[in-house]
Amino acid sequence: MKVLILGAGQVGRSAAYHLAREPENEVTVVDSNETVLRDLQSRIDVRTVAGNASYPAVLEAAGIADADILVALTSSDEVNMVACEIANALYRVPTKIARIRAPEYTSHAELFADGALAVDAWISPEQLVTEYIERLIHNPGALQIVDFADGRVRLVGMLARKGGLLVGQQVRTLKDHMPNAEARIAAIYRNARFIEPDGETVVEEGDEIFFVAARENMQRMMNEITRAEEKVRKVIIAGGGNIGFRLAKLLEPHYQVKLIERDAERARRVSERLDGTIVLHGDAQDEELLIEENIDSTDVFAAVTNSEEANVLSAMLAKRLGARKVLSLINRPTYGELMENRSIDITVSPQTVTIGSLLAHVRKGDVVRVHSLRRGSAEALETVVHGPQDKSRVVGRRIEELDLPNGAVIVALVRAERVMIAHHDTQIEPEDHIIMFLSDRRQVDAVQRLFASE
Amino acid sequence: MRPILSVLNVLGALLMLFSGYYVLPLATALVYGEAESLRVFALCAGITLAAGGALVLATWRFRRELKPRDGYLLVSLSWLAVTAAAAMPMMLGAPGLSFTDAFFESMSGLSTTGSTVITGLDKLPNTVNLWRCALHWLGGMGIIVLAVAVLPLLGVGGMQMYRAETPGPVKDAKLTPRITETAKALWMVYAGITAVCVAALWIAGMSPFEAICHAFTVMSLGGFSTHDASAAWFDSAAIEMVLMLFMLVASLNFATHFLALRRGDPGAYRRDPEARWVFVWVGVSILLLTAEITHARLYDSFGESLRHVAFATISMATTTGLVTEDFSLWPVFASMWILFLSCVVSCTGSTGGGIKMFRSLIMIKQFFREMFVLVHPSAVAPLKIAGAVISNRVVYSVLAFIFVYFMTVVILTFALLATNMDFTSALTATVASINNAGPGLGQVGPATNYGSLNDKQTWICTLAMFLGRIELFTFLILFSPSFWRK
Repeated sequence: MKVLILGAGQVGRSAAYHLAREPENEVTVVDSNETVLRDLQSRIDVRTVAGNASYPAVLEAAGIADADILVALTSSDEVNMVACEIANALYRVPTKIARIRAPEYTSHAELFADGALAVDAWISPEQLVTEYIERLIHNPGALQIVDFADGRVRLVGMLARKGGLLVGQQVRTLKDHMPNAEARIAAIYRNARFIEPDGETVVEEGDEIFFVAARENMQRMMNEITRAEEKVRKVIIAGGGNIGFRLAKLLEPHYQVKLIERDAERARRVSERLDGTIVLHGDAQDEELLIEENIDSTDVFAAVTNSEEANVLSAMLAKRLGARKVLSLINRPTYGELMENRSIDITVSPQTVTIGSLLAHVRKGDVVRVHSLRRGSAEALETVVHGPQDKSRVVGRRIEELDLPNGAVIVALVRAERVMIAHHDTQIEPEDHIIMFLSDRRQVDAVQRLFASE
Repeated sequence: MRPILSVLNVLGALLMLFSGYYVLPLATALVYGEAESLRVFALCAGITLAAGGALVLATWRFRRELKPRDGYLLVSLSWLAVTAAAAMPMMLGAPGLSFTDAFFESMSGLSTTGSTVITGLDKLPNTVNLWRCALHWLGGMGIIVLAVAVLPLLGVGGMQMYRAETPGPVKDAKLTPRITETAKALWMVYAGITAVCVAALWIAGMSPFEAICHAFTVMSLGGFSTHDASAAWFDSAAIEMVLMLFMLVASLNFATHFLALRRGDPGAYRRDPEARWVFVWVGVSILLLTAEITHARLYDSFGESLRHVAFATISMATTTGLVTEDFSLWPVFASMWILFLSCVVSCTGSTGGGIKMFRSLIMIKQFFREMFVLVHPSAVAPLKIAGAVISNRVVYSVLAFIFVYFMTVVILTFALLATNMDFTSALTATVASINNAGPGLGQVGPATNYGSLNDKQTWICTLAMFLGRIELFTFLILFSPSFWRK
C-alpha cells in the first residue's frame, strides 16, 4: 500500500515508523524541515520530500498521484484539511485521513460527512490520549484499557496482585466466581514472556494479565485479578498543555482536580477555561509545592507535560512523597519498559495510543480497529468477517477448526450488537465482529490472509 | 476653553431635544383643560428651546466630533442643565415652591429617587404630577441614551457618553453593532414594557391617568406618586401585585430583556448572572422579615404581614420607594435591612440605583478568592461570574467604586450631621438619596417627606442623588487635574 504522510512531527514520525516496518507498505513523508527528514530517512526505510505539505507541486513530487492513502499529520489543522481537499480535487486519492485537534472543528460531525470536507476520517492524538488516561483514572488498577465495538467490549491489561480472587487459582475457576458474567483471559505475561492461557494455567502474583469482558462486567473481572482499589477522589495533573487541559476538563466533574502548570501565561489561560479545577502556577518537580498541595493524600498523579524527562522525574517524586498511584506520559518505548511497574505505576505512550486508529485504515481486509499493546510488541484487533461460506476460510467454521497462527487468540465476538465471549466451539457467522489478541505483531499478515475473502 | 465650548454646543442640542419632551405635559394640560399649566409649560418649553438654540448658535464655530473624554463633561453638564430646565415648570406650576425645592424635586425625578418635598400631591394640577413622573421615566433609561438614539451628531463619541451614563461596571457589551441602534433598542424595550405596565395597572383598577404616572414611576424605579399616601392610597392587593411585578422586571438588566423579547429567547434570563441573585436576595429577605414582623405582632394576620413586607422589600430593594406602610415603625433590624438592600440589589443596566448586583457579586467572589489564595498560595484563580472571566482591572475599579461610594456616604452623612440633623435621619437620607431609593427613616421616613429639610440639607441630598445616578466617577473625574490637562 502506498502511504503518504504529511508532517514529520512526533505523531508523523511514529506513524511512519509503524507503517514502514510492515513490508507491504511504501511510505513517503513530507515536511518542511529538511534536517528532521534527513534524520528520519537515516533511521527508517522511507522516502522523504521537503516542502510545504499543502502545495500541489510538493504533493506531486511525493507521488500523490498513485498514493492509496494520505495521512495529514502536520501540527496545523488547516493545512491538514486543505491537503485533503487538494488530494481529493486534483488526485482522487481514495482514503484521506487528517489530524484535527481543535474541538471547534471536530464537534461538528456534519463537517466530515460525505459532500462536506474531503476528510474521510480524522484523528486527534490529544483527544485519544486524554480519553485513554481518563479511562485509566476511572478504573484504578488497570494498566491499559482499550475499547472495541464502540465501547461494548473492553480489553484490559493489569497486574495480578494478592487479594484478587483468581490469584493462585486455575483459570477455569473463573466460571465458578462469575457464573453469569462472561469474561475471558486473553493472555498472561510472566516475567515479560507470553503464556497462552488454558483452563489449567495457574494465575500467579505479578503476572501481567489481559482479559476481555463486556463493558458492564469489567469492574467485576478486575476484582478477580487484584483486590478492589479504593475509589479515586483527588487527582493532580502536572502540565497544562493540550492534554493536561483536556484531561482536567474531563475529570473535574467527577474528582477534586488540581493542575500544575509552569508557564504563568498558560496557567492563567487554562484557569479561565476550567471551572472546578484548582490551577497552580509552579513546577511539578518542586517538592515544596507538591507537599503544600497534599501530595500524600492524592490518589492519582498524572504527569502529562511535553517533556518526558520531566514527566518521569515528577512522577517518581510524587510517588516518593506518597501519591497512591502515579501515571506518566512517555514517548520512548525503552523508558516505558524501564519505569513501568517499578517507580511509576502506569506509563502511557501517546504513540501507542494513537497509532492504532491509523493502522485500522491501512490494514487490508475489514479491520475496523487496531490497538497496539505492550509498547507495540503485541496487538489487539477487531475485524469483520464476510460471507458467503464458500468464499471465506472462516465463515461457518468453529473457532477450534481455524488455522490460526501461533500466538493469535480469538477472544470475543460481537454478533448483532451482542457481546459473546469466544469458546472453542463457537461457530463464526457472516458479519461477526471478531476481536483477536496477537501476542506477536508479526503474525498480523497471516491473520489478515486468513480473514480475507477469496 | 475650546473643549468646553464644543461640549456646550452638544449640550445646546440636547436642551432643544429635551424641550420636545414637553409634549407630554402640554397634552395632559389640554386633556384636563388646565389653562394655567398649559401657559406655564408652553412658556418653559419655549425658554428651554430658545436657550438651547442660543447655545448651539453661540458655539457653532466649535462644533466638532466629541472626543471620548468630553463624554464625562457632557454627561455631568447635561444632567445639571436638564434638571434646572425641568425645575422651571415646577417652580411656576406648584405654588410656593422655592428654587431649591424645585431643583430638588426635579433632580429627584430625573435621578429616579422619588423623594418629594411637596405636600398635597393630590391637589396638584395633573400636568405637574405627570411632569414629575415623566421626569422619572426619562431619567430611568437616561437622557444621553435617548440622545444617542435620536441625535446623529453624537457620532463616535456616543459610546463614550453612553458608558459614562449607563450604570454598572461592565459596559462594553453592545447589543447591536452600532451604538445608535443599541440605544434605540433599549428605549424600544423600555417603552414597550412601560406600555404593558400601563395596561396592567389600568386593569388592576387605577384610572388611566394614574396608571400612566405610576407606570412611569415603576418602570424607572423612581418613587413619585400622585398621592401623598403613595401606593397605600389605593389599598388594593391587585395594584400592589402589579406594581411589585413590574418593579422586579425593571430591576433586571434591560439588555437581558432585549435579548429575551426582541430575539424571543427566554433563556437569556437564566444566563443572566445577576437576575437569579436578585430573586434570591429579595426572596430570602421577604421570608426573613415576614418572620420578624409576624413575631413582633404588628399586623393582625400572617397574610397582612407578608403583603406589607413583600411590598416594602421589593420597593426599597429595587430602589423604587413607593410605600404602603410606614416601615420606619418596624423593628430597626427590618427597616435597616430594607435600606441596605437598596444598596446592592439592582442589576447593571437596569433603571435602579446603588452599588448594583454585579459589583456585589464581584466583591463576594473576590472575598472567596482571597481566602482561596491563602490556602493555595500558588493557585491561579481568575474571578469568574457565570463562566465569564472578570479581569483584575474591573475588580480593582469595583473596589475603588465601592470605597468611593462608602466615603461619599460617610462625608455626606457628616455634612448632614453638621446641619444639626439627627444621626438616623442623616445616615438614612444619604443612603436613600445616593441609592436613588427615596424614603429613609426618622425625619425623612416613609410617612413624611423631604419637605421638612432646610435649604442646606436639601442641597446635600440633591448632590447625593446626582452622584448616585451618574455613579460618582463620571462627575468626580471633572475635579481631577489630569482630566483638564492636554
